[in-house]
Amino acid sequence: MATDTADPSTSEPPPTAPVTPGRRLQNLLHANPIVGPLAVLALAILAFSLVNPRFLAAANLGLVLQQVTVIATLALGQTLVILTAGIDLAVGAIAVFASMLMAGAAHTLGVPGPVALILGILAGTAMGAFNGWLVTVVRLPPFIVTLGTLSVFFSLNAVVSHGETIRGAEMPPIMTATGDTAFRIGAFGVTWGSLIMLALFVVFSYSLSSTAWGRHVYATGDDLEAARLAGIRTGRVLLSVYLVAGVIYGIGAWVLMGRLAAASPNIGAEYNLNSITAVVIGGTSLFGGRGLVVGTLVGALIVGVFQNGLQLAGVDVVWQGTAIGLLVLVAVAVDQRIRKVKR
Amino acid sequence: MSEPILQLRGVSKSFGAVQVLHDVDLTVRAGEVTALVGDNGAGKSTLVKCVAGIHPIDGGEIVFDGTPATLGSPADASKLGIEVVYQDLALADNLDIVQNMFLGRERGKPWLLDEADMEQAARRTLASLSVRTVTSVRTPVASLSGGQRQTVAIAKAVLWDSRVVLLDEPTAALGVAQTRQVLDLVRRLAEQGIGVVLISHNMADVFEVADRIATLYLGRMVAEVPTRDVTHGQVVELITAGRSGDLGLARPEKVVQ
Ligand SMILES: Nc1ncnc2c1ncn2[C@@H]1O[C@H](COP(=O)(O)OP(=O)(O)OP(=O)(O)O)[C@@H](O)[C@H]1O
Ligand SMILES: [Mg+2]
Repeated sequence: MATDTADPSTSEPPPTAPVTPGRRLQNLLHANPIVGPLAVLALAILAFSLVNPRFLAAANLGLVLQQVTVIATLALGQTLVILTAGIDLAVGAIAVFASMLMAGAAHTLGVPGPVALILGILAGTAMGAFNGWLVTVVRLPPFIVTLGTLSVFFSLNAVVSHGETIRGAEMPPIMTATGDTAFRIGAFGVTWGSLIMLALFVVFSYSLSSTAWGRHVYATGDDLEAARLAGIRTGRVLLSVYLVAGVIYGIGAWVLMGRLAAASPNIGAEYNLNSITAVVIGGTSLFGGRGLVVGTLVGALIVGVFQNGLQLAGVDVVWQGTAIGLLVLVAVAVDQRIRKVKR
Repeated sequence: MSEPILQLRGVSKSFGAVQVLHDVDLTVRAGEVTALVGDNGAGKSTLVKCVAGIHPIDGGEIVFDGTPATLGSPADASKLGIEVVYQDLALADNLDIVQNMFLGRERGKPWLLDEADMEQAARRTLASLSVRTVTSVRTPVASLSGGQRQTVAIAKAVLWDSRVVLLDEPTAALGVAQTRQVLDLVRRLAEQGIGVVLISHNMADVFEVADRIATLYLGRMVAEVPTRDVTHGQVVELITAGRSGDLGLARPEKVVQ
């Protein structure tokens, strides 16, 4: 359409709310959701290094990164789901089940390592897609869907694995290669698992910010109806998100085996809440449509830094949970405040 | 009188057992403003959503440029050049102005959006609508005032090469000055040869900008008449009672075309 040039001086400005400092901060946090989490991370690093200088030792920082890798990977998938205003309670179950399938295929069935890994990732994808199907086609709330499939996948896992751990030595080396050190700078070692995790964050950071798919993920999570009216096929978008999350959990299963140097069916219960914690502390809104995957990486690092730092400071382990819990509450409170930027 | 772009012929629509639109005819002409009026619940928004491809119609047909159109999705409607400003605006709060204006029709490659291009086009359109108080087109829509949101919703509709623009109560949230702007815009769109449908409860606005007035009464099109042929009083009667003198329900055939 021809953009005609009406004389702008004839129109009166529409009313705008006065810009107070508080409101400016709200707007800043709304436009840059990463600012808050980064500030918290920086302060935490500063504080813990003052309490115990050993915190900043290269070897210790490498350890923090390793400890964070599995949760960060799973929390990436969780971020995608939460951005669509959903929640994934089955993340731990999917990752652990996928790792048992990988290990079982390689160890018990003698499938070649790479093939076993691909089978496990496909299984993760299928489980994610199943969640997505229940959410978009059967139209059940994500909370209920993943609460249900959490039980289903954990039970199936117990049946398939007979509750037995498969040790790394019993599998081809590639199965636990994600735990091997890729390179080190002095005493600061980085595992292949951490590299994979970081690569995934780069890929999805790009996808969410610069592709049409990413834009539609945000819009769908922000306002399903508005997205639909804009011609976005919201069902497809949601399904794709759960499916892609499944792929990430499948890859996370491999990273997990590397970290444990084994595949164990008896872990993972805490992964659900820990991944949600990382996402929330990372500044992503539980109401959907706002947040960044980088925030989740920072969120996972914050959790890792707190756990490690408090330990080094000699604080009783029960206080770690308290500190993390308080962080979650603060993050959610801030999110609520930011939402009030609205008119 | 210019040629019709969009015609509804005998359109019916039910939600479950409730029939909301009965056999509705409506003609939208290029370069004309058609006001669509009717009481709350008369079916105005439903009619708009049928044209927008959101609700499939149960009976009748929608003719665009003389050929029957299949409007199965919002994308179908926008492909034809039909743009809608919805009553509830339908903006995603956390997306910024540019992202909202291009939502679902982003420019660039699907795997690499052209942000600079979209930003420039958004700025140009907003400028053409005389919007100056928006400090940045990268502001999240959530932090805009009601009037600004309304303007963004309208800018989103006029950004495209549209043939028909339907505005569902676009001035409902606006103050005097902003209403003025929107009414001027409505006229300007018509002058550019676009077929405009304006839904409004404000009779003064309707009489000011509309070339024709179409009245829905309980889901029936009871009158579609040139504005100059009716008075305020008659239109109010049509809205509230479905008839006024020889207009309306008693002799519905007479007023067509
Ligand atoms: N999705 C839906 N499902 C069921 N009923 C609906 C739906 N949408 C609208 N209706 C019903 O259709 C009727 C017409 O509604 P509509 O929104 O079209 O009225 P309207 O003329 O736009 O009213 P208003 O002036 O208040 O905006 C109402 O009785 C409403 O309850
Ligand atoms: Mg309405």
